[in-house]
This record gives sequence, structure tokens and C-alpha cells, in this order.
Amino acid sequence: MQIYKLMASISVRNLIKRYSKSKTNAVDGVSFEVNPGEIFGLLGPNGAGKTTIIGVLTTAIIPTDGSASISGIDIAQDPIQVKRRIAVVPQQSNLDRSLRVREILTFHAAYHGVARKVREELADRLLDELGLGERKNEKVTRYSGGMAQRVMIARALMHSPDVLFLDEPTNNLDPQSRLFLWERIRALNAAGKTILLTSHDMDEADQLCHRIAIMDHGKILVNDTPAELKKLIPGGTVLEVRLSVPDASVASHLTVAFRAMPGVSKADEPTVEADSGISTFRIYGESVNTLVGPAAQAALSAGAQVRDLSVKQPSLEEVFIYMTGRHLR
Amino acid sequence: MVERSRTWLAANAFLAILRRDLVVTGREIVPFFLQALMQPLFFLFIFGKVLPGIGLASGNFGALMIPGIVALTGMIAAIQGVTLPLVLDLGFAREIDDRLLSPLPVWLVAVEKVLFGAIRGTLASSVIFPLGWLILGSAYTVRTDRIGTLICMVVLTGCVGSTIGLLIGTVIRPEHISLMFTLIFTPLLFTGCTYYPWGALTNIRWFQVATLFNPLTYAAEGLRYSMVPPMGGHELRTLGLFWILIALGTSVIVTFVIGTRTFYKRVVS
Repeated sequence: MQIYKLMASISVRNLIKRYSKSKTNAVDGVSFEVNPGEIFGLLGPNGAGKTTIIGVLTTAIIPTDGSASISGIDIAQDPIQVKRRIAVVPQQSNLDRSLRVREILTFHAAYHGVARKVREELADRLLDELGLGERKNEKVTRYSGGMAQRVMIARALMHSPDVLFLDEPTNNLDPQSRLFLWERIRALNAAGKTILLTSHDMDEADQLCHRIAIMDHGKILVNDTPAELKKLIPGGTVLEVRLSVPDASVASHLTVAFRAMPGVSKADEPTVEADSGISTFRIYGESVNTLVGPAAQAALSAGAQVRDLSVKQPSLEEVFIYMTGRHLR
Repeated sequence: MVERSRTWLAANAFLAILRRDLVVTGREIVPFFLQALMQPLFFLFIFGKVLPGIGLASGNFGALMIPGIVALTGMIAAIQGVTLPLVLDLGFAREIDDRLLSPLPVWLVAVEKVLFGAIRGTLASSVIFPLGWLILGSAYTVRTDRIGTLICMVVLTGCVGSTIGLLIGTVIRPEHISLMFTLIFTPLLFTGCTYYPWGALTNIRWFQVATLFNPLTYAAEGLRYSMVPPMGGHELRTLGLFWILIALGTSVIVTFVIGTRTFYKRVVS
């Protein structure tokens, strides 16, 4: 019996990118595959290397080492055939401001060799579907951010690509536009498109993605389904303790005390809110419910005031913070 | 997906991108001609009509100057036709990305810019002829027996301008765009043998040599060669056509190669 493996839509092998004048690798040995029909999420803090990976996969960035292919076509060897099969929705609008909205779509399709009749019908249909039909002859400078986003989605669909890249697609969108976009992404996926999206919105990734890779410092830390990722939190649950602490020595003393409590698998150094001075400790454990009492006790006996105690079920955000730490980038 | 060869895809994308530029220009045709023609209009009037009229220039000054105006107009229109859109395209919003993601090699996007700029330059140059005829009246004298060379010179001038435009557009930062007029156009204008034939500079030898470093000098001289009729039975002495073609060709090749490289560096990292 022979086992056939579907050709991956996106395949990245040992990818390294170091920008000139940089001392570190922006992407540092990344490998992953995305199967046809999958929605794959690339998550990570700012500067983790997500946009660089999209740049490589869309031919805008030349990798320092390693290789990547789209539907089996090597990006370095045949960028023209790769460009035919992909579409990109970037973080910020790069819509052609010299053209009218409908022309943005029809010219895009013309660049890709779509016949005139086909592209004109498709542009009208997509603009109507996305609620832009009435204003299709305006220039995009008069559009709101959400509308421009929809135009970019429509543009991406004009040449029927196999693979769609969405770089932080819902950044800066209002909640309505965001929900609308999520629906569109699901619908596109149901129609067979492979989608790679980057985000730092955990909720978004959780809702949309079949599989997620969490990146930091140019490396993929984990790559799994959202459900499996949530199991990565040691012990599975988190106790968040918010305290008013008299001084820093008490805080570090408390961190040690929390770590020493039975059943605790990890306790972070606290983060301090600048305005209120309240310190937030996060304690990970098998069942942190039993830790509520001892934690409060420890806090009180150290001279801290308890402001809030809460038990959290693991969200993707917990996984993300657990994997990448809490410091600002 | 329909199978298409890379050549078909690239040629199709190239033509579609060119069509995009022509559509955008066609829509802005009045501002385009205003931008291109306002300056030559006044130059023709003052230098061809007013100065000879008040006796500060000889009557045939118009005939000597109109080739310079054709060269200058074509070159500046070509430079502007590439540089200004390119600075916007490569600016913060990166509007060029959609074209870069089209199925063609990146360098062809630069070639398209150059071709488009050359078309703009040729168009602007061509309009000087009827404009000169209207303004100069009887002083408009252009020979027609070297029409082939003339067409070749007009097109070549457009190419020289558009490749310079590519280089400037990829090097200059958007916030410095206004400097372009001061630092590039003014020296180009006054050292380019626009208003005087190169041969007349023999008394100011150092300046005559200096003008040889400006491609506009060769464009103006080439156009003088193909436009100025014999005066008093004598052909006007210009720079040799062979050297003109060598200089203009070299300018096109050098600025194109460097411009395409800087373009590539700007769009691919």
C-alpha cells in the first residue's frame, strides 16, 4: 500500500534571514508546513519575525539561508509562478491612490492576466458582496480604514490565488469590521483557500486558526492546534494575585514564597502597574483553586494588601505569555 | 488555473502596468501639459520674441534656442514623470507593492517606469513644435530634411530624462523632493547648452568643458543639428552627431543600470 501525502501549500525549511547591518537573525532557522485548506496562524510579539516570513513567502525578502515553496514551487527559483498563486493583504493600506476603487481591482486582475470580461464582472460582484458597490468609482483616499481593508481583501481575490497571506488583518479595525472579516476569512477557507495569517490577537487566532505557531526572537517555539497549545500551560490553570506591596523586597520575598507553595509549577516575577502601583503575580498550578487561601495568607503575612484574586482558565493568551514572557518589546 | 508561460505572464503584466500609468496620466492630461509647458511657453516668448524685439538678441536667436527648449522640456517632463510617482510609490504607503507582486521580474517594473517616462518626455517635446510655431511666428524656422534624426533625438532625450528620473526617484527621500528642483533642475538647466549653442562657448573654455558633463548639452546639440537650418549658406556647427549619440547612449545605460539596482534594493530586502 502506498501512502500519498498531499503537497503542502506552504513549505518553509530552515529559513534564516539576517538583514544587513543587523547583528541578529530576524528569522532564525524556521521550518513549518501548511496544508492545503488550512488556516495557519503565526503568532508572536512585535519583532518576532512574522512579517519577515511573510515577506520571504511573497518574494519581497530574499532569505539569507534555507528555502521556501508555495504549492511545491520554489520561491527563489520561480518567483513569477509563485506570485500568480498568492495574494497578500498587508498590515497597512498600500492601495493605489491614483486609481478609483473599482480600477484597483480590475488593474490588479489585469496585471495577473485575467481576461477583461471576467475581471470586470468579478470586481463588481466582489464590491457588491463587500458592501462597497455604491462607492466603487471613488478614490480610496475617501475610504475609512475598514473599507480600505475590504478593498484589499477584494483585490487579493481578483486573480483567484491558492494561498492568501493576511498580515495582522484586523489591526486597527472596529469590532464590526473585525467580525465581518472573520466571517470572510472562514468563508474563503471553506471555499478551499489556504490562509496564513499573523496576529497578536490571541482571541482571533483561537477563533480562526486550525493550527498556530508561536514565534519569538525569530524562532518558532511551538506549533500545534489551539487546543493542544492550551495544554502547554503547566498545571493548566493560573491564579492571578493583585496586591499592593509596600516595597520591592517584599515583592521578591513573595515571589519566592509563592513558588514554595505545594502544587505550584511556576510563579512569575510580578508586573507593576505604573499608575496604581499594584503588583500582579501569576501562579501556575495543577488546580490553583486550592492555592487561593495559602496565597492570600502569604500575602497578608508579608504585609501586602490583597486587591484581587482570580483563577483563570488557560486562554491562548496565557500560552502566549507563558511562552514569550511579559516584558515589553 | 490556466497554465501560462513566464514570458507570457511577464509581458502581460508589463503592458497592464504601462496601461495603468497611461490611464492615470490621461486623466491628469491638463495638469500634465501645464506642468510641462508653462516654462517653455514663457522662455519662447521672452527669448524668441521679446529680446529680439527690443534688440537685445539677434533675430535668429529663436531658431537657435527652440531646439534647446525641446530638449529641456522633454528631459524635465521625463524626469518628473518617473521621479515624482516613484517617490510616492516607494514612500510610506508602498503603493507599488501591488505591481511588484504581479507576475513579472522586479527589474521589469523599473523598465516600465523608464518607458513611461520616455513617452511623457517625447509627448512634451513634441508639443513645443506647434507651440513655437504659434509664438515665434515668422521667426519659427525648423529644417525638415533631417526629420529621422530629429525623431530619434526627441525619443532619446526622453530616455535620458527617464533613466535619470529612475535614479533620482530611487535615491531621493520624499522629504527632500523639493530640493530636487534646486539641486538638480537649476544646474541642469543652465549648464545644458539650452539657450546657446555649444560652439559659441569657445571664449569661456572652462565652462565649455563643464557643459560636456551634462547630458542635456548633447540632447540640445543633437536637436540643433537636426532642427537649425543653414544660415547664410552655412551649416551651424554643433557637437559631432557620433559623439552626441555615444554620450546620450552612455548616459542612458549608466543611469539605467545604477537606477535599476537602487530600485531593486529599495523594494527587495
